[in-house]
Amino acid sequence: MTQVQDEQELQAQFDAVVARHDRIEPRDWMPEGYRKTLVRQIAQHAHSEIIGMQPEGNWVTRAPSLRRKATLLAKVQDEAGHGLYLYSACETLGVSRAELTELLIEGKQKYSSIFNYPTLSYADVGTIGWLVDGAAIANQVPLCRTSYGPYGRAMIRICKEESFHQRQGFELLMTMMRGTDAQRAMVQESVDRFWWPALMMFGPPDDASPNTAQSMAWGIKRDTNDELRQKFVDMTVPQAERLGVTLPDPAIAWNEDRGHYDFGEPDWEEFAAVVRGEGPCNAQRIAHRRRAHEDGAWVREAASAFAAQQSAQQSAQQQEVSA
Amino acid sequence: MSAVRGEWPLWEVFVRGKRGLNHVHVGSLHAADAEMAVRNARDVYTRRNEGVSIWVVKASDVTASSPDEKDPLFAPAGDKVYRHPTFYDVPADVPHM
Repeated sequence: MTQVQDEQELQAQFDAVVARHDRIEPRDWMPEGYRKTLVRQIAQHAHSEIIGMQPEGNWVTRAPSLRRKATLLAKVQDEAGHGLYLYSACETLGVSRAELTELLIEGKQKYSSIFNYPTLSYADVGTIGWLVDGAAIANQVPLCRTSYGPYGRAMIRICKEESFHQRQGFELLMTMMRGTDAQRAMVQESVDRFWWPALMMFGPPDDASPNTAQSMAWGIKRDTNDELRQKFVDMTVPQAERLGVTLPDPAIAWNEDRGHYDFGEPDWEEFAAVVRGEGPCNAQRIAHRRRAHEDGAWVREAASAFAAQQSAQQSAQQQEVSA
Repeated sequence: MSAVRGEWPLWEVFVRGKRGLNHVHVGSLHAADAEMAVRNARDVYTRRNEGVSIWVVKASDVTASSPDEKDPLFAPAGDKVYRHPTFYDVPADVPHM
């Protein structure tokens, strides 16, 4: 009993689901623009998790204690897991994992610009947990209610795990702040480098973000870039005070009228340059990912060959039994 | 590039959170065979004691109904309110009911 429905009717059904804040699921009809936007956003998100393993992975062998090493390993392993949840969500939209990997290493899809900054000191491990994962949480919590079911479910799992990431970072920095003058200076220097790039993680200002309105209409995004950035600043300023570090922005001040902290404007020229591929580590990150992928090719092929051989043997045995 | 040749099949992963509960779908992953799918599922979906048992099923082996909410498949249950306990009036002072 199939009815031929024209596109308008399908569109109306889609709009109704989105309007009542229900979820769109993989086999539902969806506008092509919605699908494309989701593929771009989820892929970019997945790539960010995968590339995000590199700056911190850099410090695994040099963590100062077994406890810190175990923590860092667990965190980097989580990032891999988050990337995999998101790739799976993206694949429900009809793209393959191989395609996505290819697009990343060919530089045809982006990842968060924050990972193109280097991790120069061990304090960066703490700062990334506190500021970068903190910004990621501010971004991701509203995405748990995104209109696309598989994306929202991946975000729920990720948000549960991110809270460990942020807390371990803050605890690491607090420990260093209780240490020597040199350690405190290390924390301050690290925060100085990461503060502005962390603010840029929310994307360009609303008046320069042409896709935001459509994404919000589709229920993919729930808040604008500037709203999320403000929320992050409001959460972070008191944490910085408690930590005893100075955020490198003289414009930060409580604004009684707005009920929010005022803060300065990030350098959007720098942001655009890093997005264009001119950040300090863009080439290095992609080269590393490409090398890992190509070096792993023989493992993927050997596993496929082994699986094919096993299943051939199995069916031969079954034939013998039934013969 | 031999990207497609190296592509492993997709598996759907189900995890039993603890004894007494059903296995619940938690997501999917790629693996060359079932054994590797179980191992990968452990690392991807149960890093924090989320489960006591894992099922993996090849995604291509799943048969699904249409996802459409107006699917006639579910129509037979739509008008059978008498299958629910609230359909029946029982005086409020009848105990244990």
